[in-house]
Amino acid sequence: MRQPDGSSSFLTTRVDAMLGWVRKNSLWPLPFGTACCAIEFMSVVSSHYDLSRFGAEVVRFSPRQADLMIVAGTITDKMAPVVKRIYEQMAEPRYVISMGACACTGGFYRAYHVVQGVDEFIPVDVYVPGCPPTPEALMHGILKLQDMIQNGETQHDRLKHGKPDTTATAG
Amino acid sequence: MTVSSTESPTQRPPLADPFPEGSVAAVEQAADGHTVLTVDRSHLLDVLRRLREKPELACDLLADVCGVDYPDREQRFDVVYHLGSLEHGHRFRVKVPLGEDDPVVPSAVGIWKAADWFEREAFDMFGIRFQGHPDLRRILTHEAFHGHPLRKDYDPSQRWLLTEKDTMAPRWATEDQPDDEHMDTVVLNLGPSHPATHGTLRTVVRLDGEHIVKAECEIGYLHRCFEKMSETHGWQQVIPYTDRLNYCSSMINGVGFALTVEKMLGIEAPPRAQVVRVILSELSRIMDHAVCLGANLVDLGALTNFWYFFQIREEIYGLLEKCAGGRLTVSYARIGGLAHDVPADFEDEVRKLLDSIPKFLDDVETLVTTNRIFRDRTEGVGVISGEEALAWGWTGPCLRASGIPYDVRKAHPYMGYENYDFEVPVATTGDTYARYLVRMEEMRQSLRIVRQALDNLPDGPVITDDHHVALPPKEKVYTEMESLIWHFKLIFEGIPVPAGEAYGFTEGANGELGYYVVSDGGGKPHRIKVRPPCFAIYQAFPKILEGLMIPDAIAILGSLNIIAGELDR
Ligand code: SF4
Repeated sequence: MRQPDGSSSFLTTRVDAMLGWVRKNSLWPLPFGTACCAIEFMSVVSSHYDLSRFGAEVVRFSPRQADLMIVAGTITDKMAPVVKRIYEQMAEPRYVISMGACACTGGFYRAYHVVQGVDEFIPVDVYVPGCPPTPEALMHGILKLQDMIQNGETQHDRLKHGKPDTTATAG
Repeated sequence: MTVSSTESPTQRPPLADPFPEGSVAAVEQAADGHTVLTVDRSHLLDVLRRLREKPELACDLLADVCGVDYPDREQRFDVVYHLGSLEHGHRFRVKVPLGEDDPVVPSAVGIWKAADWFEREAFDMFGIRFQGHPDLRRILTHEAFHGHPLRKDYDPSQRWLLTEKDTMAPRWATEDQPDDEHMDTVVLNLGPSHPATHGTLRTVVRLDGEHIVKAECEIGYLHRCFEKMSETHGWQQVIPYTDRLNYCSSMINGVGFALTVEKMLGIEAPPRAQVVRVILSELSRIMDHAVCLGANLVDLGALTNFWYFFQIREEIYGLLEKCAGGRLTVSYARIGGLAHDVPADFEDEVRKLLDSIPKFLDDVETLVTTNRIFRDRTEGVGVISGEEALAWGWTGPCLRASGIPYDVRKAHPYMGYENYDFEVPVATTGDTYARYLVRMEEMRQSLRIVRQALDNLPDGPVITDDHHVALPPKEKVYTEMESLIWHFKLIFEGIPVPAGEAYGFTEGANGELGYYVVSDGGGKPHRIKVRPPCFAIYQAFPKILEGLMIPDAIAILGSLNIIAGELDR
């Protein structure tokens, strides 16, 4: 709204649009890195690719301090209860990016000890394909998630408000 | 492939003497340079003990223990021990055949501490029981698992789900501990998801005040069934799986595997391929050490170095991507050579790296090597003597930091390493600081090797022209009948690796990376056992921890460079 001197000091918006805008630009990722993909995740947050350009570089290893879980790497049956527990410890709203073929589908490990996709037990917002995905692909996934948060299309919105499933694939 | 001995006894250890009459059922000289002893289990401990203790044998390194399943044989299982003597340089393979109804052998833990986890793995995978083992329980699979997955009759995709209530805690962690000083001890769980355990390592410690009085590691959180998967794929298709063993230096794994299979086929990759393999392997070693030291320093609070080291990695990634198409998981080696030739600007690119990497190393050294805080936290922390380290089966930079100069590239040269002029850095103190110093120096030595290799990079093909092994070039497949047939046969039937076995070992970034490969003559491997260097290293970790503090544990763990992909496979 314009002030008499020509400046604008406040704007009007809807609460959820405002919240979405705030949330999407301050994602705090929790890297659940188990394998090779985690090494590429390290590249994404390092100086060369520099994830901080997109406001998501505050990597936290405590689920209590994070709202975006990036599952990077193969999840085995032995690890599955741990992933689930950590996911449940995150405060809502919480988002999940599944990074790499293994986290998405088990990858080329169709085997006796490997979870065939983390969506077996946690809801996933964005699937990033690749083995490992390039850093660019993961960034694309994060940008995609930001859009989904802005538009209220995440799994969180769906589970809370009964919105349709709009899981995305980036890459 | 095994052949009977034709060599003179002077080159080989005299075998008739050391073992009592009748204890060794058969002796063979295998083509892979191993002396193969077949032993009945009743004589096993006696033979092993003599192998270790007789001065003329002196097998101080137990490299590997594993099982093999031959479902069609009367005695269904083999337990296979791979031994080496650092002093004499000879290698032994001891095989013990076992029947299915009574798969029991005595444990070798009393002779080499290294046997501990290897035997647990053979138990987990094959159900072979090691009598006298102090803690024989599953190691890679989880508590709710049934059956033994590497047996041939186990369906590769048969899963068992684990629920949270079944998850494992060491027995001692739940017991009350009587304490004379009326001080309570606390059990603390580190991992498997913990910022300083890098992914999937889990250590449970009991603390008395701030001191660790007991520790135990639980592994297998990244057991993704490499060995079973490799039995269901063709020989060349195993290469992408090997990339994901030690994914910080994937090139080295692929090369090690290709060399082993080439040994069985009796072929060699063309000279140009060998030199490119050396260059990329050494650059991968630098990458591996960079991520190890970078992460170790981050855990100690020195974040800046991590960025410096990652810049080195990014530059090498750039080169690998140009050569192979992938940054991290390159799948560039092939049995018989390389997937394709390097790009035209390869030499320039490598020279650029040779110029830029030392600058980053200098920067880090300036910041860290004489840094008071860093030295206080690492000097004298996590000390292990050379003898002790070897007993645990350590190899690689960690062993060399304890004063034992064993490096496969020098002791058993392959790919022409004997022609390069380089030093094997050795430290004596065996502490975390020593491991840092050794890795830093190894990176510089690797650069030396790369420089020499690049100066002598020959022209020529990069893959063998033996079309039993390598696909003929595409243009020929489209124009010549014979090439088309070769192509067809290779794709459908796979490489005809002759029936037999070989153990091939190379110097991985963490130490001796061994592949024990068994072929039944079909187009797929019968068995591939990886001897992962950090598996042996990590099993000593709980022992090192006793008496130290949690921050020390973090510092030590980082310096051991445990890579879960290789540890759990
Ligand atoms: S997707 Fe590929 S790179 Fe990622 S963890 Fe799985 S095997 Fe490794």
